[in-house]
Amino acid sequence: MQVGLTHYLVVSALLFCLGLYAMLSRRNAVAILMGIELMLNASNINLVAFNKYVAPAALNGQVFALVVITLAACEAGVGLALVMAAYRNLETVHVDEINVMKW
Amino acid sequence: MGELAAFIILSAITLVSAVVVVTSRNIVRSALSLVPTFFGVTGLYILLQAEFVAGIQVLIYAGAITVLILFVIMLTEGGTGLRVRQTNEQVPLSILAAAVVAVLLIGVLAQTPWPRATESLPQYTASGIGEALLTNLVLVFEVTSLVLLVALMGAIIVARRER
Repeated sequence: MQVGLTHYLVVSALLFCLGLYAMLSRRNAVAILMGIELMLNASNINLVAFNKYVAPAALNGQVFALVVITLAACEAGVGLALVMAAYRNLETVHVDEINVMKW
Repeated sequence: MGELAAFIILSAITLVSAVVVVTSRNIVRSALSLVPTFFGVTGLYILLQAEFVAGIQVLIYAGAITVLILFVIMLTEGGTGLRVRQTNEQVPLSILAAAVVAVLLIGVLAQTPWPRATESLPQYTASGIGEALLTNLVLVFEVTSLVLLVALMGAIIVARRER
């Protein structure tokens, strides 16, 4: 049995859903950011797999994967800086306790 | 046959350590389990003949982002978080949502007839990526570097201690 496109897509769908579960159920903001990193990794697997199996002549999928990795690094840096600022001002990193803007 | 075995082993490493990341009550253990997840994804990239993306994945994800996350855990909560409740009251709903999305996605993926390319990737893709980044996709490259600069300055300003 050959490894095909669908195998990679299924693995990446499962990884995406694990990240979604972490985002919805975790209280710690750092754990939510870890879930987002898992989801971005899943999208990268999709891009590289489509590059190999559907359009191998262009290499655009791999370039897009590199761009997504760069933006994920930006997102992690800014997100963790926000976590630090929230901890300094509100003394918690649990997102269900940060409700100063709630009515 | 060898490719299939490698794919199964790498996917198992990725998914098992991702399950540890999302379910562990110890936040430091979650952060450290990100490393095998990222290495499993790196192996999948190598199986897909994307060596340059694999190298960047190891450098940025397994190297930089994990260390950044560990530093923030160390600077904020001051411990492993074992004595604190780590999940909110939405756990059953979250499991339901994730399972529904997984079933939908896998159902759609299994039924869609994907187009198959006849040609194959070049033997080494790094030079092709460099050429594409500096010819056809140079705008993407420039805008990404601008975003990186702005994110850098924003992170410094947000995290700076107010006087």
